[in-house]
Amino acid sequence: MATAIGMTTHTQEETGLWSWLTTVDHKRIGTVYAVAGFLFFLLGGLEALAVRTQLAVPNGVVLDADRYNQFFTMHALTMIFLGVMPMGAGFFNYFIPLQIGARDVAFPRLNALSLWIFLSGGILLNASFFLGGAPNGGWFGYAPLSSIEYAKTSGMNFYVVALLVLGLSSLMASLNFAVTIINMRPPGMSMMRLPVFIWMTLVVTFLLILSLPVLTVALLQLYFDRMWGTAFFSPAAGGDPILWQHLFWIFGHPEVYVLILPSMGIVSEVLPVMARKPLFGYSAIVFAGASIGVLGFGVWAHHMFTTGLGPVPQVVFSASTMAIGVPTGIKIFNWLGTMYGGNIRFVTATYYAVAFIALFTIGGISGVMHASPPVDGQHQDSYFVVAHLHYVLVGGAIMGIFSGIYYWFPKMTGRLLDEKLGMISFWTMFAGLNLTFFPMHFLGLAGMPRRIYTYDADLGWDTWNMVATLGSYTLGIGILLFLVNFVITMRKPADAGNDPWGGATLEWATTSPPPAHNFEVIPEVRDRDPLWYDRDHNIAPAVVPEHNHIHMPPPSYFPLIISLGVLLIAVGALSHLAVTALGVVIVLYGIWGWALEPTD
Amino acid sequence: MGGSPGRMIGIIGSLVLVGVVTVLIYLAFAESFDAVRQPMTTFVPKSDQANLIHGVYQFVFILAAAVFVFIMALTLVFSIMYRERPGQVARQFHGNSRLEVIWTLVPVLIVVAIAVPTYSAMASITKPAPENALKVIAIGHQWWWEFRYPELGITTANELHLPVDRPVSVTLESKDVIHSFWVPALSGKVDNMPGHDNHLWFTPNEARAEPYLGQCAEFCGLSHANMRFRVFVNTTAQFDTWAASNKADRVTPSVALAQAGEQQFVASGCIGCHTVRGQASAAGVIGPDLTHVGSRTTIASGTLDHTPENLRKWLANPPGVKPGSLMPNLNLSPEALDKLVAYLEGLK
Ligand code: HEC
Ligand SMILES: [Cu+2]
Ligand SMILES: [Cu+2]
Repeated sequence: MATAIGMTTHTQEETGLWSWLTTVDHKRIGTVYAVAGFLFFLLGGLEALAVRTQLAVPNGVVLDADRYNQFFTMHALTMIFLGVMPMGAGFFNYFIPLQIGARDVAFPRLNALSLWIFLSGGILLNASFFLGGAPNGGWFGYAPLSSIEYAKTSGMNFYVVALLVLGLSSLMASLNFAVTIINMRPPGMSMMRLPVFIWMTLVVTFLLILSLPVLTVALLQLYFDRMWGTAFFSPAAGGDPILWQHLFWIFGHPEVYVLILPSMGIVSEVLPVMARKPLFGYSAIVFAGASIGVLGFGVWAHHMFTTGLGPVPQVVFSASTMAIGVPTGIKIFNWLGTMYGGNIRFVTATYYAVAFIALFTIGGISGVMHASPPVDGQHQDSYFVVAHLHYVLVGGAIMGIFSGIYYWFPKMTGRLLDEKLGMISFWTMFAGLNLTFFPMHFLGLAGMPRRIYTYDADLGWDTWNMVATLGSYTLGIGILLFLVNFVITMRKPADAGNDPWGGATLEWATTSPPPAHNFEVIPEVRDRDPLWYDRDHNIAPAVVPEHNHIHMPPPSYFPLIISLGVLLIAVGALSHLAVTALGVVIVLYGIWGWALEPTD
Repeated sequence: MGGSPGRMIGIIGSLVLVGVVTVLIYLAFAESFDAVRQPMTTFVPKSDQANLIHGVYQFVFILAAAVFVFIMALTLVFSIMYRERPGQVARQFHGNSRLEVIWTLVPVLIVVAIAVPTYSAMASITKPAPENALKVIAIGHQWWWEFRYPELGITTANELHLPVDRPVSVTLESKDVIHSFWVPALSGKVDNMPGHDNHLWFTPNEARAEPYLGQCAEFCGLSHANMRFRVFVNTTAQFDTWAASNKADRVTPSVALAQAGEQQFVASGCIGCHTVRGQASAAGVIGPDLTHVGSRTTIASGTLDHTPENLRKWLANPPGVKPGSLMPNLNLSPEALDKLVAYLEGLK
């Protein structure tokens, strides 16, 4: 491929499948992440609807026990690893370079590699449905239920291998984003002038960099146990099932923040712009986010209060869990402080952001409730916890993501999503999710355990289950309306303009959609809200020099080749080691070509 | 701020809305105080320890409700007050140190307020069981419960009998995967971990005819949903009678059909998995002890009510009744079923 030097680069003009497969442009990679993430989100949603349909009435007959177990396991895995995380990654990819005035991420080819490995992992995990049955031991894969003795189908093998693959992708992406954020800021953008969305991403990358290795160790041990007869988690042979729980939750709790922090970042971008005033308590929000990240590593055993930890660890972990409620509370107050005194433009993005505050608060409150171990003894593994986590992840993470979609859509496509339809879709989703998840509090307190495919009629659980199921259909319709909105909007002319909201951050200084090289001139930052500062101080945009030589990295197909190799290694781990060997050869070839490929 | 009457109406309206929603939610929660309609409710504690837990819960609940009302109201009111309108200008400020200190301290105070009753309840719940406690071993199996009374020499399944007002100390074990012992009215859940024993104790404080319902709370595979159990809390006299009769060996069958059933029980291989004390060859330990199966109120850990028809249905095809059940379908003939049902029904 030729080297691109000049005013424009060839990546922008190129279209067609091959240009997408070989792209190293962060915006295209972000778009594929976001679209794939959304499609997986829809798939996970369908799985949830099947689960809710089964539970609509007592003694339901829609799904049998085995299928039910596969569906609830895959619902969680899909939503967490293939839906919410990739949608977050889509935003990271697209907007980190734009918000810090960079031309791309630090390692563009590594970025493409993360994307293709993520897609390989997602396809592999879902292929299990057709290859002997999907994972059925829960997304938490507790030992010894996940052992070969109790989970005889290949489902849990797919679980192990696909999560290893997905973890590899997340790890590479995290390192890439962390380096990008730390090293590629423009002149004047000190750390304390970073947009909050970037700060929250930085915390997420560190959470992943530190927690994924722990999950990797646990998964490898489980793989050895299942395939090669070791006994890390098998009590009969001297192993310890509790070890799995510690390892899993040392990853699993930080993972919760991996899912929610990006949305906290998005809301912290949307609210000030819509309220037309600076974010309230910037440094408090940043420090709260960072301390959530740190404390998030010290609370894992609150998932294990009922395992017989003993009173001392119970006290310690309940104290740390309560402590993490404090920075969370600070954030909520700061968002409210941002609304206070504003002149808030209530567009769909704002509705989602405000709904985020309210619904996330509900999830936060119930979280603090079961930080108390005796109370948790009644709540753990009941629908109360299901309600709690869905208020955090749907009321929180998903509302934030939708806010981000409506907010940044004009930047990505040059088109504003239809407001009227957006509003209908918002209210449908809002009603639907509250109808689905609020009654689950009542069900949990009425003694309904989680992960049961059936229940008896005389337990007083029927009404709320029916309401929850109807609510989930409503939520589904709301999301469908968003899709309609998307299709309608994409058929309209791209006339949103560069800055429809009067944004404060750098992405609004370039065109919509941005050119391949993002900015003609790397912007200079003079304030936390650079565009507002320039506006208020009548600072004109920098002049584009006559001979503007912009160097953009050329496309590369080596990421695709390496990811194919990784996929084969994974398939081999599930079938025959010869396939793995072939995969290793391909990966080595890919690395070789990658290393020798000219990048300028 | 404030300003137009429309806005005032909006603000008052939203406060009313928050109030109404809160009351409705409370009414829905309050439904759980009805242990007749919701027999597994966590809101009607019937042991000293569950009482303590519920006390902590209620306190936490009130705090939670206060935070809920406050934040929901603020969000709604701000949404209305600062909604864009002509002439309104957003005030430009970056924060307010005093406010920020206050709203850091408020959550701190709230969690401290939760911590104090939590730890005081824990201090009494987690101390060792009293000396005079009745010892019970609860063993989780995929997907049924084995209950043993080591001091009384009783082994039974899926139905636990306890005397009122006497502490009971439960040792939790598992034969296979992790299960969790949960009777909401009597105690918070504690897991049955394979490879190490857990302990739990409580003092049931209300004797009654209807059983307290329990269920395995840790996902344990295919029939996790069908791993239910019952706890009968009786007066001491009633408990002693039950214990005496359950300690005894089986009732020897007297009618011909039941006697034929006893033969069938051997011939069909039931003895390989089930113990019937008093029937010499029946010493299997894979399935529940059947010595007094005729006196139990349910079959297969709450999957079916105990009636002769249901027993027959169960024996005819256990995995058909309960997915994955480790009692296989033995393809018994109708005659064999008649005999077995007659025999088992006699094992009172
Ligand atoms: C391979 C071992 C095995 C054999 C053989 C077997 N059972 Fe079972 N049986 C079990 C297991 C395991 C259970 C518990 C099933 C459950 O609840 O999931 C059980 C449960 C039962 C129950 C219900 C007990 C209760 O308290 O709810 C009855 C009754 C029963 N078996 C009778 C029989 C009879 C009669 C035969 C012979 C025809 C027989 N079993 C053969 C393993 C066996
Ligand atoms: Cu956690
Ligand atoms: Cu279970």
